[in-house]
Amino acid sequence: MKPASFLWVLLVLAGSVPCRAQEPPYFVTYSHDLEEPGNLEIAVKSAAGTPQYGNTFISETLELEYGAKGWWTTEAYIQGQHTSNDSTVFNGFRWENRFRPLMREHFVNPVIYVEYENVNQADKSLLEVTGHDSISDFLLTNAQGRLETERSLELKLILSSNTRGWNISENFISEKDLNESDPWEFGYALGVARPLALAASGKACFFCRQNLAAGLELYGGLGDLDGFGLRATSHYLGPTVSFDIPRGPTVSFSPNFGLNDNSVGVIYRFKISYELQQIFERLHRGAE
Amino acid sequence: MNRGHLLAAGLLVASIAICAWAEAPWVNHVSDAESKRTNPYANQQEAIAAGARLFADHCAKCHGPDALGRKKRPSLRTPEVQQALDGEIFWLLRNGDLRHGMPSWSSLPEPARWQIVAYVKSLGETAPRASNSGESGRP
Repeated sequence: MKPASFLWVLLVLAGSVPCRAQEPPYFVTYSHDLEEPGNLEIAVKSAAGTPQYGNTFISETLELEYGAKGWWTTEAYIQGQHTSNDSTVFNGFRWENRFRPLMREHFVNPVIYVEYENVNQADKSLLEVTGHDSISDFLLTNAQGRLETERSLELKLILSSNTRGWNISENFISEKDLNESDPWEFGYALGVARPLALAASGKACFFCRQNLAAGLELYGGLGDLDGFGLRATSHYLGPTVSFDIPRGPTVSFSPNFGLNDNSVGVIYRFKISYELQQIFERLHRGAE
Repeated sequence: MNRGHLLAAGLLVASIAICAWAEAPWVNHVSDAESKRTNPYANQQEAIAAGARLFADHCAKCHGPDALGRKKRPSLRTPEVQQALDGEIFWLLRNGDLRHGMPSWSSLPEPARWQIVAYVKSLGETAPRASNSGESGRP
């Protein structure tokens, strides 16, 4: 891309009017709310923690989420992390697609999630927990973790309901390493959230309750085909809050508390997301 | 004709019927009970003002800041929309019309969706722009 073209794209993006995403404030759990068709959400997700006997780390994930259709959202991720007393490394990429098979709203709404991952073992993003993931994964040095790249297929069944202002979501996760003959691994994520006000105010306001949402997330591993269950894996629970800045981005925060000895004590999560509406239409108009 | 052919023919007819049902205008899918729901915020100025803000945040990019539609996105000021029952528009906001690009807004709390309905119905009828080639009347 020529520098002038790049500058033009940046100008168009900067001039885009962001809208308030109405997604629940989850970090791991998915609800059935897809990206609106034509909208592009750019998000940066951070996870930081200090595992026992390990070094403090901070993982960064850049997400680009696009509403391809009313029933289909596609999303690309690139990831990296920094570990103190070690180094900063690039971890890899992911490409996910979410499909709504039912075209109407029901009490429970299923979404099919399909993701391809190409991520090395130094990944500390904790975008999900599957199999026997545990605190020992965080004790690898970055040099050791970079040696092996896992190419895997991840499938999720997302079940989600919106009722009386509450969102209740359940995700069943399965993951298969495509490199090796490891068995399918499983995990779960559960979330419940609600905006602090159900009706909007007619007046302009910044710290209104309608701009805030709060919830709770619980997620962890379920072992694998050879050893299914809640043991020998990690589990986390944490409150989560988000603030939709009027005419600006959405910021979310959540401390996740490890529930057993296989988990990191506390993981602090932070996310900032910015939604650009009708991005290709805007770029097209900008080119005319 | 053996049993296999009958089964295949039956499946084909059922598929065509399902597709035809799914392609029918959204309003055909609204039940009587849903369409008869009344808007608790109807004609309330404060709710209309709140609905205007929600509309600007969530709807204006597709339907235009004046709700007159943009490109293939329809005007909401046509007789079809303005004469639709509040319950019918509320149903559309909850369910969307995913095949035709209208997302579901079920993530917006119910009172907020009624505020949007109040605002849309407050706009009244206006002829769509000449340049608007949208499927008028189908939000």
